[in-house]
Amino acid sequence: MAMLEIKDLHVYYGIIQALKGISFEVNEGEVIALIGANGAGKTTTLHTLTGILPAKTGSILYNGVELTKTPAHKIVKMGIAHVPEGRRIFQQLTVLDNLKLGAFTRKDKEGIAADLEMVYKRFPRLEERKTQIAGTLSGGEQQMLAMGRALMSKPKIIVMDEPSMGLSPIFVSEIFDIIESIRKDGLTVLLVEQNAKKALAIADRAYVLETGRITLSGKASDLINDEKVKKAYLGD
Amino acid sequence: MAFLDNLINGISLGSIYAVIALGYTLVYGIAKMLNFAHGDVIMVGGYVIFTAMTSMKLNAYLSVLIAILACTVLGIIIEKVAYKPLRQATSLAVLITAIGVSYFLQNMALLIFGEKPVTFTSVIDIPKITLFDGQIVIKSETTAAIVVSVLIVVGLSLFVNKTKSGRAMLAVSEDKDAAQLMGINVNRTISLTFAIGSGLAAIAGALLCSTYPVLSNTTGAMPGIKAFVAAVFGGIGSIPGAMIGGLLIGVIEILGRAYISPQLADAIVFAVLIVVLIVKPTGILGKKVNEKV
Repeated sequence: MAMLEIKDLHVYYGIIQALKGISFEVNEGEVIALIGANGAGKTTTLHTLTGILPAKTGSILYNGVELTKTPAHKIVKMGIAHVPEGRRIFQQLTVLDNLKLGAFTRKDKEGIAADLEMVYKRFPRLEERKTQIAGTLSGGEQQMLAMGRALMSKPKIIVMDEPSMGLSPIFVSEIFDIIESIRKDGLTVLLVEQNAKKALAIADRAYVLETGRITLSGKASDLINDEKVKKAYLGD
Repeated sequence: MAFLDNLINGISLGSIYAVIALGYTLVYGIAKMLNFAHGDVIMVGGYVIFTAMTSMKLNAYLSVLIAILACTVLGIIIEKVAYKPLRQATSLAVLITAIGVSYFLQNMALLIFGEKPVTFTSVIDIPKITLFDGQIVIKSETTAAIVVSVLIVVGLSLFVNKTKSGRAMLAVSEDKDAAQLMGINVNRTISLTFAIGSGLAAIAGALLCSTYPVLSNTTGAMPGIKAFVAAVFGGIGSIPGAMIGGLLIGVIEILGRAYISPQLADAIVFAVLIVVLIVKPTGILGKKVNEKV
C-alpha cells in the first residue's frame, strides 16, 4: 500500500474548479515531483493534502487514514509537514521561536532538543541567527527556516511548495542539496517546483499537472527526456 | 497640589482604560477584529458583581471571581455564536455584528435590571494612602486600579511571550494558515483570546464601578470606546501599547476636564487620537508590518 494515496480529488475555489479529479500516490522513501505551469493546481493539491483547503469530493488516504475529513491542525501530528509557498515563516518572531512552533504538537522535550540540534547542524546559519527576528533574514535563509521548522515536527513525509522560488542560483543549489540529504535520512518528499529541471533531477517519479488534471506521469528519468515535457517545462 | 490630585485621578482612570484596552488589543491582535461589544461585557461584569453582592450576599472578592468566570464564558459564547460563523466574511460584516452584539447586551441588561441606574458598592477593601500630611489622599480604588493594571500587563506579556499557548496566539496573529500547518488549533486559540479578553473586562468592570459607583446598561459603552482609542493610541495589537495608551488617555481626559473644559474633555481625547493617527498611523508602539514578498 502506498503511504499517500490521492484518489479522484476535486477541489473548488467558490465556483471555480481548481482540481478536476486528480489521482496519484506517494510511496514511503520516494521523492515525488509535481510539476506544471502557474495555475495548474500544484499548490491547491498541497493545500488540500494538509487540510488548508477542503476537498469537494475524492479521497486522500495517508497510511489508510482519510485526510479530507481531518482538520489541518491534526494532520501535522500524523507526520505530514508542509513547507508552504512563499515560506510563510512568522516574520515577527525569532528564528528559535519559529523552530519551536514547528514542534508545537510534540511533547517529548529531549526529542525536540535533539531535533533542534539536528536542524542547526543541517542549517548552521539558523543557529548563528537564532535570536534574530525572522523577518530580517534573507530569502534563502527564510527558506531554510521554513524547512527547519517543518523538520521540527518530526515528519514522515515532507511536502514542499516551490522551495527554490525567488532565490539566487547559489541558494537554489543549496536548497536542492538539502532536499537530497533529507531524502537520504529516510524522509518521503512531495515536491512542487517550477524549476522542473532540478526537480526531475532529484525525484524518483513525477506527475505533470495541467489546469487541474494530471496529464503525464512516470519515472523522473523518463520524463526528463520526454519531448513534450522538454518543450513545455524544461525550456529546451 | 490640585494638579497632583488631578494627575493621580487621571492615572487611576487611565489604568482602568488600560485594562479594557488590553482586551481590545488582544482580540484585535489575534482575531483581527474589533470587538465593539467589549465595553458591554464590562457592564455585564458590573451587574454580575452587583447581583452577587446584593441579592446573594456574597463577599466582594468572591463576587468578582464569579464575574470573571461569567464574563469569560460570555466571551467564548459571543465568539462562537456571533463571530465564528463570520470567519471568512468581510471585516465590515464582523464589525456590524459586533455592534449588534453590543446593542443586544445593553438591551438584555435593560430588560433584566431596568433603566434606573443602581448604586454599586466598591469591591475594594484596602486602606487609602495619605501623603504630605493629608494634602494628597490616594483612594483605595486608585491604588487598586494601578496595581491591578500593572499586574495584568506583566502577566499577559509573560503569558504571550513565554508560554506555548501564548506563542500559538502570536503565530495565529501573524498567519492563521501557517499556524494551522504547525498543528495549532486556530479556533481554540481565538476562543482562548476571547476568554482572556472578557475575563479582563470583568476585572475592568469591578475597577470601573468601584471608582465611579453608578451602574446602568450603558455603563460600559463610553469607557469601551475610550479604551479602544487608547488601544489605537498605543498601537493596536501591542500589550505595552495598550497600557501606555490607556494611561495617556486617562490623564489627558482628567487634565482636560480640570484645566480646559469639562464639556470638551471627550472631544480633546478624540482630537488627540486624530493627531496621533496623522503623525504616526500605527500608534505609539505599533509595529509596521513589513510585507516581504
